[in-house]
Amino acid sequence: MYKYDEYDHAMVAARVAEFSDQVKRRLAGEITEDQFKPLRLMNGLYLQLHAYMLRVAVPYGTLDGRQMRMLAHIARKYDRDYGHFTTRQNIQYNWIKLEDAPAILEDLASVEMHAIQTSGNCIRNISSDQWAGAAADEITDPRPWAELLRQWSSFHPEFSYLPRKFKIAVIAADEDRAAMRLHDIGIQIVEKDGVHGAAFYVGGGMGRTPMIAPLIKDFVPLDDMLSYAEACLRVYNRYGRRDNIYKARIKILIHELGADEYRRQVEEEFVHVKSLGIDPPKAEFDRIAAQFAPPALDASALDAIDRSDPDFAVWVDQNVAAHKVPGHAIVNISLKPVGGIPGDASSAQIDLMADLAETYSHDELRVTHAQNIVLPHVRKADLYTIWQALDAAGLATPNLDLISDIIACPGLDYCSLANARSIPVAQKIATRFSDLGRQKELGELKLKISGCINACGHHHAGHIGILGVDRKGTENYQLLLGGSGAEDVSLGTITGPGFDEDGIVDAIERVTDKYLAERSEGERFVDTFRRVGMAPFKEAIYG
Amino acid sequence: MTDVALQPGEEPCVTLDAFLSQSNATAVRLEPDEDARALIPHLDRLALIEVAFPKFRDGRGYSSARILREAGYAGELRAQGDVLVDQIAYMKRCGFDSFAPEKELNPADVEAALSRWPEHYQGAADGAVPIWKLRHG
Repeated sequence: MYKYDEYDHAMVAARVAEFSDQVKRRLAGEITEDQFKPLRLMNGLYLQLHAYMLRVAVPYGTLDGRQMRMLAHIARKYDRDYGHFTTRQNIQYNWIKLEDAPAILEDLASVEMHAIQTSGNCIRNISSDQWAGAAADEITDPRPWAELLRQWSSFHPEFSYLPRKFKIAVIAADEDRAAMRLHDIGIQIVEKDGVHGAAFYVGGGMGRTPMIAPLIKDFVPLDDMLSYAEACLRVYNRYGRRDNIYKARIKILIHELGADEYRRQVEEEFVHVKSLGIDPPKAEFDRIAAQFAPPALDASALDAIDRSDPDFAVWVDQNVAAHKVPGHAIVNISLKPVGGIPGDASSAQIDLMADLAETYSHDELRVTHAQNIVLPHVRKADLYTIWQALDAAGLATPNLDLISDIIACPGLDYCSLANARSIPVAQKIATRFSDLGRQKELGELKLKISGCINACGHHHAGHIGILGVDRKGTENYQLLLGGSGAEDVSLGTITGPGFDEDGIVDAIERVTDKYLAERSEGERFVDTFRRVGMAPFKEAIYG
Repeated sequence: MTDVALQPGEEPCVTLDAFLSQSNATAVRLEPDEDARALIPHLDRLALIEVAFPKFRDGRGYSSARILREAGYAGELRAQGDVLVDQIAYMKRCGFDSFAPEKELNPADVEAALSRWPEHYQGAADGAVPIWKLRHG
């Protein structure tokens, strides 16, 4: 894991001091809410329906036990004893008082954490593969690349008042666990002639106008990566639309220019930017990479798992993934108990996960964009003990990637932008499909719910997506089928007229019944949908 | 002490179009949607470039400033308009050395804002040594 040096500490401390001063001036009435808004947003503080919401950055989703415990402490001391893990691999607190925000940021700084650039029209927290450093299919650990980008983008003087927010994801495997091509910049670390470089996909995104990022450059050498990113951003900062908030993301610029013309402009800018000497030397990458050195895992550890407890065996089959080192495994902790709020965890649960990470996972945890938690480096021999502890804390729901492993935004229960509630719909669907045998029969089925067009719940990328809208004052839910945020990236298609809260649950049941009737051997839901198309599903839904 | 001018003099600036069509002006005003690179052939005879910030949220002027400094412009580079104390540290990093805010700034706040950051992660147009260089000498 990356450890702050004196410079990193000093930068975060300066930010805390700056924001404390800004809060003081705001509370004293010296600056208006309009002037304060972009400042608090760059520190992760939103004004929501009922209170301030604080979004804490978890860079590339990685944290250690001490940091996780601090997240529990903040939930306990400043919020209502729980936190909400988000699709950006961050955590949000929904009930924060403005006057507490500086103290919270100080607490975070004490464990090398912050809320810098978790909102606002700037470069946001860099996201990555939650299995980085553990997955068998990665060519390298993508996190040193992400950390280089984190430092470059932090307090970037030119790109802090962009036309709109800007999200970057970095992966290093062909299997895409980070929805890379649905980011403003998606970077895949690839290998060419034995050397690693960055493939740049630019202009993806969800929101009102979802787009899959086109490949802009197939191989950017490490030595050029920050210059190339700077060129991508400069073209956007200068020419991205600022006349309409809904057309201000980079995807619209690239769509309007065309990928070829955008690439031409970036290449031209890159030639200039490269001459400025803004790329750190290889020694800086090496310094960072050394801190992501793989933990010392004993490859001769026992590979067999005692499956005599049937409940444990079910959990192992669903939530435990292969690790690159024999005798080890990746544990995925579902934050989706049936009837619960997707992504929520209590202080006690967060503390427990911190304990387990320290004892069994080389002091590492990950937050996933699917709003779950990962213990990345676990000995198989410890799985049963871990499962028992998780089970006792309500954290052993064996539903990873099943229909009840739902991504949902906070929706109208919390969010000032939402048009409809997301959480009750997620709860009703999970309850309707609560029978685990039925869920397993349906297999991998990624269901994602957004409470408004901004698509924080990734509904465009759901095998089944749900979009809550406001229809003449009542909540209405549109159904989308066939999306994916993975390496088979695709955007969902709306089935037809929307439904009310109970109607959408019924409609999903008709869709899944139809899938079971239509599927060929080995097909996932999304495979069947792609093969047979919308018509049979439409017929099943609307008659 | 800071090395920026808070209350710049009243030199009249001409518009970019006017500047490009006449030869004797030494001060020009650049709007957010105008291309700073159009000035590059003429930087030698410019004493002042004023970059307009009609709204503080419009960040195009930051890129304009860097482009001008990166092209070697050494004259006065002024941020004018909706320039707030919380933006000027970034503006200075992008190469601005004078500020003409519509609403007067408290000099103590300006001093605090400009001296807040001990170091900087990335290179920009202010000549500051980035942290990665400090780490590796």
